[in-house]
Amino acid sequence: MSEFFILMKNELVVTAIIFLLLFVKLGREIKNDVLLSLIQLLLLLNFVFSIFLNKEGDLFGNMFHSDPLIVFEKSILNLAVYLISLLCSGWFKRTEHLVEFFILMLSSLLGMFLMISGGNLLIFYLSLELATIPVAAMVNFDLEKKRSSEGAMKMLLSSAFSSGILLFGISIVYGITGTIGFSEIASHLDASSSIQVMAFVFLFAAFAFKLSIVPFHLWTADVYEGAPIAATSFLSVVSKGAFAFIFITALYKIFQPLQEVWYLMLVFLAITTMVIGNLFALRQQNIKRFLAFSSIAQVGFILVGISSSDNYGITSVVYFILIYIFSNLGTFGVAAVISEYSGKENIDDYRGLYKTNSFLSWILALSLFSLAGIPPTAGFFGKLFLLTAAGSKGSYWFIAIAALNMVISLYYYLRIIRAVFMDKNEQPIPKIAINAPEKLALLICAAGIILIGFVGWIYDYILSLTL
Amino acid sequence: MNLLLLIAIPLITAVFILLSRNQSQVKWISLAGSVVQLFSAFFLLFAFRHERVLNDTAQMLFEQNYSVFASLHINFHIGVDGISVAMVLLTSLVLVAGVLVSWNVQKMTKEFYFLLLLLALGAFGFFISLDLFVLFFFLEISVIPKYLLIGIWGSGKKEYAANKLALMLMGGSALILVGILGLYFVSGHSFDLLAISKTTIPPDFQNVIFPLLFIGFGVFTALFPVHTWVPDGHSSAPTAGSMFLAGISMKLGGYGCLRVATYLLPAGAKEYADIIIILSAIGILYGAFATMMQKDLKYINAYSSVSHVGFSLLGIGMLTQTAITGSLMQMVSHGLMTALFFAVIGMIYDRTQTRMVAEMGGLMKVMPFIMSIFFIVGLCSLGLPGLSGFVAEMTVFVGSWQHDDMFHRMATIVAMMSIVVTAVYILRAIGSVAMGPIKNRNYLQLKDATWNEKLAAIILAAAILAIGMAPAWLNDLLRPAADEIMKKITGS
Repeated sequence: MSEFFILMKNELVVTAIIFLLLFVKLGREIKNDVLLSLIQLLLLLNFVFSIFLNKEGDLFGNMFHSDPLIVFEKSILNLAVYLISLLCSGWFKRTEHLVEFFILMLSSLLGMFLMISGGNLLIFYLSLELATIPVAAMVNFDLEKKRSSEGAMKMLLSSAFSSGILLFGISIVYGITGTIGFSEIASHLDASSSIQVMAFVFLFAAFAFKLSIVPFHLWTADVYEGAPIAATSFLSVVSKGAFAFIFITALYKIFQPLQEVWYLMLVFLAITTMVIGNLFALRQQNIKRFLAFSSIAQVGFILVGISSSDNYGITSVVYFILIYIFSNLGTFGVAAVISEYSGKENIDDYRGLYKTNSFLSWILALSLFSLAGIPPTAGFFGKLFLLTAAGSKGSYWFIAIAALNMVISLYYYLRIIRAVFMDKNEQPIPKIAINAPEKLALLICAAGIILIGFVGWIYDYILSLTL
Repeated sequence: MNLLLLIAIPLITAVFILLSRNQSQVKWISLAGSVVQLFSAFFLLFAFRHERVLNDTAQMLFEQNYSVFASLHINFHIGVDGISVAMVLLTSLVLVAGVLVSWNVQKMTKEFYFLLLLLALGAFGFFISLDLFVLFFFLEISVIPKYLLIGIWGSGKKEYAANKLALMLMGGSALILVGILGLYFVSGHSFDLLAISKTTIPPDFQNVIFPLLFIGFGVFTALFPVHTWVPDGHSSAPTAGSMFLAGISMKLGGYGCLRVATYLLPAGAKEYADIIIILSAIGILYGAFATMMQKDLKYINAYSSVSHVGFSLLGIGMLTQTAITGSLMQMVSHGLMTALFFAVIGMIYDRTQTRMVAEMGGLMKVMPFIMSIFFIVGLCSLGLPGLSGFVAEMTVFVGSWQHDDMFHRMATIVAMMSIVVTAVYILRAIGSVAMGPIKNRNYLQLKDATWNEKLAAIILAAAILAIGMAPAWLNDLLRPAADEIMKKITGS
C-alpha cells in the first residue's frame, strides 16, 4: 500500500487538487486570487514532493511504471504548469471560470503524468485522450472570440483523427504480437515483415500530430493563435514536453528492434520540420502564430537529439526541454503580460517597447536568445548537446543542416529584438505595472535561462537517471 | 598568475555597471575596471616572461582545469602561451581606449558600457581557453553585444548592418560547430585542445573538417569572399564598437584559424594551403583597390582592414615559421592600428558631423593633436618603418619568400603590390582631410581632443611605436609559440 502512495504521489496530489476544485465549485464562492494562491501552493508542494522518496517500481500488473527519471520528467511538467499559473495570473484573476480552467488544465496534466508512466498501450491510449481532450476545451476559453472556437474545433477534429490512426496502429501491433505490454512488444518485433513497419508508421503519425512534426503540423498555428495565452503556453510547453518524453520511450523501448527504420524517418522529418518551421516563422506578424512556428522548429531540434538512440539522446532531450520551458515561458509570459494590459499581440506593436518597459524587454531578449541558442543563455547548451548527441551517429551533414537552421532561426528572433530595442515608435505600449506573481515567474524564467547552463551537474544528474 | 582574474575583472565590472546609479558612476566604474584589466594584462606579460626565463618550457603556462560537464568531457581548461599573452594585451589596450573614447555617449550609457564589457569578456575568455567547447562558448558570447551595439548606437544603415553581421557570424559559427564536433568524436570524446593535438587524426578526415573550421573562423576574420559583413558592420557601428570589431573580433577569427584549424589539422592545412594563399592574395588586392574608391572615412578603414587582415591569412597559408610569426604580429599590429584609426575617425566625426573626405580640409590647423595621430596611424597603415605595420608585414614577406617556387613568389609579389595602392589611398585621405584650405567656416570653431581622447590615442599610439621601434619583445613572445605550431605541421 505504501508503495502505491510513493510511486503515484504526483498523480495523487494532482487528483486531490482537481477534487478540491470540484468541491469549491459546489460550495460557496471563493475569491479568485485566494483560490489561485492555493492552487499555486499545492503545485509547488507537488514539485517539492517529487524530490524525495523516488524509487523504481510497477503497479497494477505492469500498467503503471515509475522510476526517478520519470519523476524528474513529471516535475519538469509540474514546474511548467506552476509557472503558467503565475504568469497568467492577471487573466486568471479576471476570468469568471477560473475553477473550470484549472480543472481542465490539471486533468490534462494528470493525463500526461499517467501517459509518461504508462506500461502498456491501453493505459497509454486512455491517458493520451485524457491529456488531449481538456486542452481542446481550454483553447475554446475566449468565449467571445470566434477564432478561439475555430481553433478548438480544429484541435478537436485533428486529435480525433490522430486518435483513430493511433488506435488502428495499436490494433495492428496487438495483431502481430498478441500483447499490449511495452516490454513484451519489443521482444516480438524484429523488423522482418512490412506489417510491423506499417504498425509503427501509424503510431508514429499519431505522435507526429501531437508534437506537430511537419507534415502533421497544420493545426498548430491556428490553434495557438485562437487560444488564450494560458492555453497556448500550456500547449506549446507542457504538452510538447510530455509527448516528447513518451515519444522517446516508445522509440527507445518498444520499437528498439525497428531502429534502422525510424532513424531514417527521424532524420528526414527533423530536417523538414526545422526547415518548414523556420521558413514559416520568418513572415509571421502575430506573436502567437510566430511562436507556433518557432516551436515547430524547436521540435525539429528535439528530433535531432532523439535520433541519437542512446542515453545521451534521452539526457539531452530532457535537458533541452527543461531549458525550453524556461525560455519559451519567458517569451509567452511577456506576451501574456502585454496582451493582458494592452490587448496587443502583433510584433509591430512591440516597437519601442524598451523605452517604456525595460524589464519586460530584457526578459524577452533573454528568452529569445535562449530559444535561438546563443550563449551565455542556457539554450546554447541545450541545442549544442542535442547536436552532440546526434553526432555520435557520425552523420555530420545532418548536424550541419541543423546548425544552419540555427542561423535561419536567429534571423526571425532578431526581428523581435530589433522591434523592441531599435525601431522607433511614436506611441509605444505604455508602461505596464506588472503584478508580483507575474514578476516572480518572469524572474524564475530569467534565472533558469542564465543559470542552468553553468550548473553542469544537472546534465550529469539526468544522465545518471537514465543509466 | 591566476588566469581567472582576466575573466573575473570584466565580469565584476559589468555587474557593478548594472548596479550603478548614474552616468558618471557608469563611466568611472568601466574605466576603473578596464584599467585594472590592463594592469593585470601587463602583469601577465611579465609573469609569463619571468617563467620563460626560468626555463619553464611547458607549452602552456598558468594552466587551470575544472570539470564542468563531466559526462561529456567538457572542462573549463585555461592556459596561455605567447600568442594568448599578446592577444590579451591587445584586447585590454583596445578596451581601455574604447572606454575612453565613448566618454560622451549619452544614449543609454549603462547598457552601452555593459555590452562593451560583455564583448571584451568574450574576447578575453576566447584567447585563454584551451577547451574547444569553452572557446566556442566565448566566441559566441560576443554575438549579442555586437548586434545590439551596432543596432542601437550605430549610424547609417545600422539595422541592415547589424542583421548582416549577426547572421554571417552565426553562419561561420555553425561551420565551426560542425568542425568542433567532428574533432570531438574523432579524438575519442575530447574537447581539449592539447589532448586533441596529441591524437593522430586520419588525413582524409582532416581534409573534410579543415575547410569547415577555416572558413568558419575566416568569416570572423574577413577571409575573402566571406568578408562582406566587414564594411557595413564597421562603418555602421559606434566608434568603440568599430574599434572592437576591427581590433579584436577579427583577431578572434585569425587566432581560431591558426590555433584550432591549422594547429589541430596540419595535414588539412597543407592540403588547402594554396587555396588559402590565393584567397588571401585576392583579399589583399581587392581590399586595397576597393578602398581607393571609398569616400567615407569609416569605409576607407573598413576596406583597408580587409586588405590588412589578408596579410595575416597569407602568413598562415605560407606555413613557414617566420610567416606565421609575421601573421601573428600583423594581427596585433592591425588590431592596435585599426582601433586607433577608428578612434580618430570617431573624434573627427564628433566634431565635423561628417565622415566624407571631400567635405573636410585643412583640419590640421584647428585640431593639431587629432591630425597628428591621424598621420601616425596612416603611416603605420602604409607600412612606414618604425611603426608596427612595417615590422609585421615585412616578417610575413620574409617568411613567404622562404618558399622558392614560382607560385609562392608570385603570391608574395601580388601581396606586396598592394602596399603601393595603400600608400595612394592613405596619403590621399590624409592630404585632403588635414591639409589644404578649410572648406567649411564652421570648422574654425572646433576644439582639439579632450583629455579622454588624448589618453586613448596616446595609449594606442605608444603601443604601435613600441612594436615598431623594438619589435624583438613581441617576436620573442610569439616565435616559440609559432615554433610549436610549425613542429606539428612539419611532423605530420
